[in-house]
Amino acid sequence: MSPEHWTRPSRPDDRDRLADTAVPAATSATPTREQVIAGLRATSEGGADLVQLLTPEGQRVSHPDFDIDITDEQLRGMYRDMVLVRRADREGNALQRQGQLGIWVPLLGQEAAQIGAGRAMRPQDMAFPSYREHGVAWCRGIDPTELLGIFRGTDHGSWDPNETGMSLYTIVIGNQCVNATGYAMGQKFEGKVGNSGDDPASNEATMVFFGDGATSQGDVHEGMVWASVYDAPVVFFCQNNQWAISEPTERQSRVPLYERAKGYGFPGIRVDGNDVLATLAVSQWAMNEARQGNGPLLIEAFTYRMDAHTTSDDATRYRLDDELEAWKLKDPIERLRAHLLREELADQEFFDRVDSEADELAARFREFCVNMPEPPPERMFSAVYAEESPVVAAQREDYLNYLAGFADSGHDTEGSVR
Amino acid sequence: MAAPTMESTGSSTTPTQTITIAKGLNNALRNAMERDPKVLVMGEDVGKLGGVFRVTDGLQKDFGEHRVLDTPLAESGIIGTAIGLAMRGFRPVCEIQFDGFIFPGFDQIVSQLSKMHYRSQGKVKVPLVIRVPFGGGIGAVEHHSESPESLFAHVAGLKVVSCSNPVDAYWMLQQAIDSDDPVLFFEPKRRYWEKAELDPTAEHLPLVSSAVLRTGSDVTVATYGPMVKTCMDAATAAEEDGNDVEVVDLRSLSPLDLGPVAESVRRTGRLVVVSESPPESSVTSEVATRIQQECFYSLEAPVLRVNGFDTPYPPSKLEEGYLPDLDRVLDAVDRSLAY
Repeated sequence: MSPEHWTRPSRPDDRDRLADTAVPAATSATPTREQVIAGLRATSEGGADLVQLLTPEGQRVSHPDFDIDITDEQLRGMYRDMVLVRRADREGNALQRQGQLGIWVPLLGQEAAQIGAGRAMRPQDMAFPSYREHGVAWCRGIDPTELLGIFRGTDHGSWDPNETGMSLYTIVIGNQCVNATGYAMGQKFEGKVGNSGDDPASNEATMVFFGDGATSQGDVHEGMVWASVYDAPVVFFCQNNQWAISEPTERQSRVPLYERAKGYGFPGIRVDGNDVLATLAVSQWAMNEARQGNGPLLIEAFTYRMDAHTTSDDATRYRLDDELEAWKLKDPIERLRAHLLREELADQEFFDRVDSEADELAARFREFCVNMPEPPPERMFSAVYAEESPVVAAQREDYLNYLAGFADSGHDTEGSVR
Repeated sequence: MAAPTMESTGSSTTPTQTITIAKGLNNALRNAMERDPKVLVMGEDVGKLGGVFRVTDGLQKDFGEHRVLDTPLAESGIIGTAIGLAMRGFRPVCEIQFDGFIFPGFDQIVSQLSKMHYRSQGKVKVPLVIRVPFGGGIGAVEHHSESPESLFAHVAGLKVVSCSNPVDAYWMLQQAIDSDDPVLFFEPKRRYWEKAELDPTAEHLPLVSSAVLRTGSDVTVATYGPMVKTCMDAATAAEEDGNDVEVVDLRSLSPLDLGPVAESVRRTGRLVVVSESPPESSVTSEVATRIQQECFYSLEAPVLRVNGFDTPYPPSKLEEGYLPDLDRVLDAVDRSLAY
């Protein structure tokens, strides 16, 4: 029984049927063991509407609505993408454990969802991430080292959103959904949507990333309302990784998340988020629809957060090991690897080359991290406003003078401007 | 601090006319929209209706539905989508229908709007104006009479300004739209129909500057928004008692331009700060603190304040007592002089 069944108020004719399998309603403060197990069953399934093109065993299957024309080289490319971003992600975790990062937000398990979505974007499209989108950043050409400053505490985001086509990480849950919708409205107002004439390739769309927990936020709702009434070319890409820190998806919704799109009047698709082929196929379709003026759309990528919420979180306090073990069998990278082997699309030399490339990336990532310069104190005051504030300028001057006072007394002032 | 320099005027050749604050704002929007096709107006009822105060009257008819957007009724959506539009290169001017309705948008203002420039170290600019009719005195129901400006002045990354008269309304709104920083633009709603002569070719002050509206030698009164008229009337009344009151219109609440206030206090030795908002941790607290620091040896009396009270805005039958009026300002002037 899926959570969408057991959280729904029972109808009279359900009572008998539910009597012997009844799970308490999901209104108590903490889920019971029965609820967790029910959730485990549900999350390992995904339901009949799940779009899948690769089985967990790596077997190519067909889907009545979605197919994809993809070269062997593109397939190998996505394998490489996933291996490299996972490697950078694992290094991020390790660097936090070694005290080099204040925190890391792992993407482990969500590689296919992010690479599938990210590779469906064109350079002129715009991505609005949450804070776990290291794989999307990779697809936008942002080097993994550029993510480090946020987690080491040297900056709040270093890449240029205009150059990369990806906004900076948004940490307040759901905020980016209205910003992305506004951006997409701008794309439409500028006539970059639905052009069929001379250059349809110049059409643009926006993709916004958020999680199952964020779907409870008003900003996600408002983003969907605005997007629908203004026909904005935005694809809402929800990575349902089953857990919002310690809260399972059933704490956020009675209905499968993709079904919410119906209420706003646009299509919602649930795709196997551990299947990079299916995610790419659905994302390409959705982005093309949006670029042609048929937006907005919702994609629920059904996936799993295989690590804790962050390096500060202990997932063993709220979920069962069995659940993780079940999802390991559906690992997105292993799935594509099995497919490449099964279809003889890649040889051992290829896998070895990707592995050694991952080793090089990991080494470069670590090297970069430990050598990042400390920001100087005046950085604290920089770019608060586009037009400098006399108030902030005066505070900067006072503080730097204060620091300079220590220089006279022989204190260590390394890092200050004087 | 250097005296603000006068800015030269635009190319408008419209002759001097008598306008209200509402009309000054409307003309400002119209000018900005004519000058720059990226300027958008968005909010609840701003299109066909022209806004509940008619500040956007006629704009949708002349500029179209893609430049004057009647939005769904949700303030986080208004401000959040405007942020996205600004990131795309537009210059949206959002209208929040009433002061007390801004709070659903508070998260977007504080978490995103104010921080994007800093977060990106200047790579992302968010030239967004949020117009807020504010203040009481109109006999309204709850949430329609508040003065929340101090909440925003407390937030780094936002500019907060308030106009007090039609001429400032006209210039300051255009300057706010031209600014690459996000600006909270507080409009004194009960003064919307106050009139003044506007010469669109005259010189005008920069956005971040305060202005001495009336010179005097005995007491300095610093205020802004709807209280400017109250304080000017109080200064006139004080004349009858032989007291010469100088009135400074702060205009920009964040950043504050306290140079003219300090200069004035060094002459008068006395300062009264006036606003409708609750006094605790407010713009008036900030003015009092900084003037005390800058002018300590010039002060002949403690800096006094006249505000609303630290209560929620009361039912309208009580607002006459809540809102500072001429008598309460004069009382503070007298107490300062008697110290």
